Amino acid sequence: MNPNDVFITFPELLIWFPLLSGLVAFFLTKGDTAKRWAVISSFITVAIVAVSFFFTDKNYFHYNNVSYVWMPSIGSSFALMYDGMGRMLCLLTALAFPLAFLTTYNTNYAKPNHFYGLMLLSQTGLMGVFCAMDALVFYFFWELAIIPIYFLASLWGGERRIQVTFKFFVYTFVASLLLMVGIIYVYLHTPDHSFALSSFLKAALSPGQEKFVFWLFFAAFAVKMPLFPFHTWQPDAYEQAAAPVTMILSGVMVKMGVFALIRWLIPVFPHATGVFTPIVIGLAVTGMVYASLIAWVQDDLKRLVAYSSIVHVGLMCAAIFARNQSGVEGVMLQMFNHGINIIGLWIVVELIESHFGTRKISRLGGIAASTPVLTIFLVIIALANIALPLTNAFVGEFLMFNGVFQYGKWTAAIALITIILSAVYTLNMVQKVFYGNTNALTASGEGMVKRSAAVALTVVVILILLLGIYPKLLLDLTKDTVNEFISRVAGML
Amino acid sequence: MSSIILSALWGVVMMFSGIFLKKKSLAKYIALLGIAALLTVNFLEYYNIWYIYADIRQMLKFTSFGQVFNAIVFACTLLFFLLNASEFEAMGPDVYEYYALIFFVLCGVGIAVSFNTLLMLFIGIEIITIPLYILAGSEKRNLRSNEASIKYFLMGVFSTGIMLMGIAFLYGATGTFYIDSMNLGVESLRPMILIGIVLLMVAMSFKVSAAPFHFWVPDVYDGAPTAVTSFMATIVKVASFVAFLHLFDTAFGKMHADWQLLIALITAATLFIGNITAVFQQSVKRMLAYSSVAHAGFMMFALWSLNTFAREGLILYAAAYSLATIGSFAVLAKMKDYSLEGFNGLGKTQPLLALTNTIFLLSLTGIPLTAGFFAKYFMLMGAVKSGTHLWLVIFAVLMAAVSAYYYFRVIQAMYFKEGNAQVTPVSPVFRITLCVTAALIILLGMFPGLLLKGLYY
Repeated sequence: MNPNDVFITFPELLIWFPLLSGLVAFFLTKGDTAKRWAVISSFITVAIVAVSFFFTDKNYFHYNNVSYVWMPSIGSSFALMYDGMGRMLCLLTALAFPLAFLTTYNTNYAKPNHFYGLMLLSQTGLMGVFCAMDALVFYFFWELAIIPIYFLASLWGGERRIQVTFKFFVYTFVASLLLMVGIIYVYLHTPDHSFALSSFLKAALSPGQEKFVFWLFFAAFAVKMPLFPFHTWQPDAYEQAAAPVTMILSGVMVKMGVFALIRWLIPVFPHATGVFTPIVIGLAVTGMVYASLIAWVQDDLKRLVAYSSIVHVGLMCAAIFARNQSGVEGVMLQMFNHGINIIGLWIVVELIESHFGTRKISRLGGIAASTPVLTIFLVIIALANIALPLTNAFVGEFLMFNGVFQYGKWTAAIALITIILSAVYTLNMVQKVFYGNTNALTASGEGMVKRSAAVALTVVVILILLLGIYPKLLLDLTKDTVNEFISRVAGML
Repeated sequence: MSSIILSALWGVVMMFSGIFLKKKSLAKYIALLGIAALLTVNFLEYYNIWYIYADIRQMLKFTSFGQVFNAIVFACTLLFFLLNASEFEAMGPDVYEYYALIFFVLCGVGIAVSFNTLLMLFIGIEIITIPLYILAGSEKRNLRSNEASIKYFLMGVFSTGIMLMGIAFLYGATGTFYIDSMNLGVESLRPMILIGIVLLMVAMSFKVSAAPFHFWVPDVYDGAPTAVTSFMATIVKVASFVAFLHLFDTAFGKMHADWQLLIALITAATLFIGNITAVFQQSVKRMLAYSSVAHAGFMMFALWSLNTFAREGLILYAAAYSLATIGSFAVLAKMKDYSLEGFNGLGKTQPLLALTNTIFLLSLTGIPLTAGFFAKYFMLMGAVKSGTHLWLVIFAVLMAAVSAYYYFRVIQAMYFKEGNAQVTPVSPVFRITLCVTAALIILLGMFPGLLLKGLYY
């Protein structure tokens, strides 16, 4: 296949298409047109990703990889790659947006053209992060993804949204700037003075330098995940942002950090990773237990989901740093599955909040009596959150715990406590919100699931069951990334 | 050379047209014509198509660096004229004189960026500052404008004295004014040379408003008419920086190790004071004054690292910072209320002004896709490359994060706060120019190479 025969590559298409449609959306000021436009655009993006899955073979190399000269004087090119992990995360990004749009299809946001325009722009940033092969391009999109989210979360949402979003922004901005210094530092030590990932992997850093720059990178990724103790922005931000924004933040953006650990941190700093693994895994496990305990006592549904997300991401981080086949395979599965599950949870929370006007667990109860449909959906999603067998999260969590166990028995034992705790707080929530006595507020639950939201929930549940029964789909998809990662880190343990 | 001569001549032309043309509104057209002519001759000289040759005994040296910088200065002045035409007319009765003074400043800029002897440096810097003393006080009936003028004058004269002292020491020690043939290696005269260098550093720090020599900045920038502030904070400042870099690179580059630490301390102090003080300002004009001090700190990195990245970075920084600051001041000048509350709800009342101002502020913060990002990026790249003092770089990025705080407060006021921001009427030309400025910022944010390529013609 000649590169000149290829009109446009998939990663480019996934970046430019949402960008263009997002810019167009800004001009659709009439009524519902922006909303419809955004839904259609997000469906087309899903279709593009779906088509791209037929071109995964090596023969189609030039459909998936591209590199333009950008700034030759400093050795940076606009290089994109579309490998297994990138494909999976692009699929997640593509799926998250229609789900978010459908759930809130009956909500009317003020200035819909701005809202949907910014949403689509944030999709561009996310796609760029997952496809970048050049450190400068990666950083570019890494920061760009934040800007639309900053405006989205500040303009639409709860009462304290402005301060909370600003806190989130300052956290990530400080960390990103440190990442920038780190990137420059590594760049100056690459043999060919280039920002390409392949050159970064060959950078000639002494162990001392590695140990120092490691933290510059790690801080940025840890804030984004977020890892304990960098997580304090997260519950507030999730609570205050509008539902679709929260879904993107928690479902997709969190994966930016996890993804970056696998692609940009561990392979570039093998030595420092070895040295700091105990600290990072220690932080991750501490954060898991801590967040589980806090989730237990939450009365606010959104905060509960937010803390449960910290638990899951902490496990992913620990499994990545365990650096073995099982752990990394589990992370791959879980990156996707966590995205789907948490979006499912947000859909349910959003339906409850928009119908009853409250998220307080203590004020709800007995919803099951009036909406059995929603209850069935919720129970399946909740079981997936606990990682019960036959749900998608089970395989991923099992593999990850297996990986952590190979790293250290006691670490795994402590981490396993969180499984019990997650069952406690999740089932507690299900019981208090959906079962029990119906009160005056919750008696009027009929008709709370609109058709568009039902479609979104159905998709989520189908994915949960499908990937729970047949996880091989994702394992096959990401095999190349896992193998490369393992072969790269195998020698350094 | 031709642009230096032409700008001086055009200043005289402006003054005479003031005598013969009574209509105030014609002044801007003559000024725009002058700037267009300056851009053209600079362009012709750059491509060696047409230039004036005069035997000036190597006292001035014209390089592609200087010409690219001149092009930036003229382009920014063009935008500045387009954006501030009505401000000039509102400033006072002598519109033609204001424009004439600006052209004299441009003449000084031309000399200050291509000097090859300390004398020319002195003359250039003086030609830049003397018209500004007058411009700062051009609102004659306004006490604060008068205060600004007198403060600027006293501080300016003081630093000029220090500069002359430094030049005298260096001349005494080396016997020459020429910066490229200065013999700094005489061991017995080392103290004199070092004193000379430090005095020059202090004097130039005054001019570029680096801490701890920045005390005149807030009052002068706040008191002067907004249009003049915008000119002083951008074109004049970056020109002084180019002169600063040129002097310390060419003349004292060999002794870099001796004065590098001093520059590092000035840089750190400037970044700290500029950014931290800006956080506490309630008036946006004062905030922008302190932010200009903060940006001086970033530009100081060029002197600290003194390598190719730093030189390229200074060019980018000059363009990015000038464009964004001119734009931001132009929006500010249209506001009825300069306080932060005055911006509340601008996003609703004037969407275009708010949007472009957001782009300017994002560029000043250094967000990707705006020119400010690559400006900072190149500066930091130069600094990391230059050596082991990574602490200063980390300190700088933390301060950049602080800067996000005060720039975003304006964005928050414009979009997220309820309010009814009042602006004076804006013309279509103003709107279009704002859009062009914003577009240039984004263009440079995507392809900084467009500008840097020019350096190596």
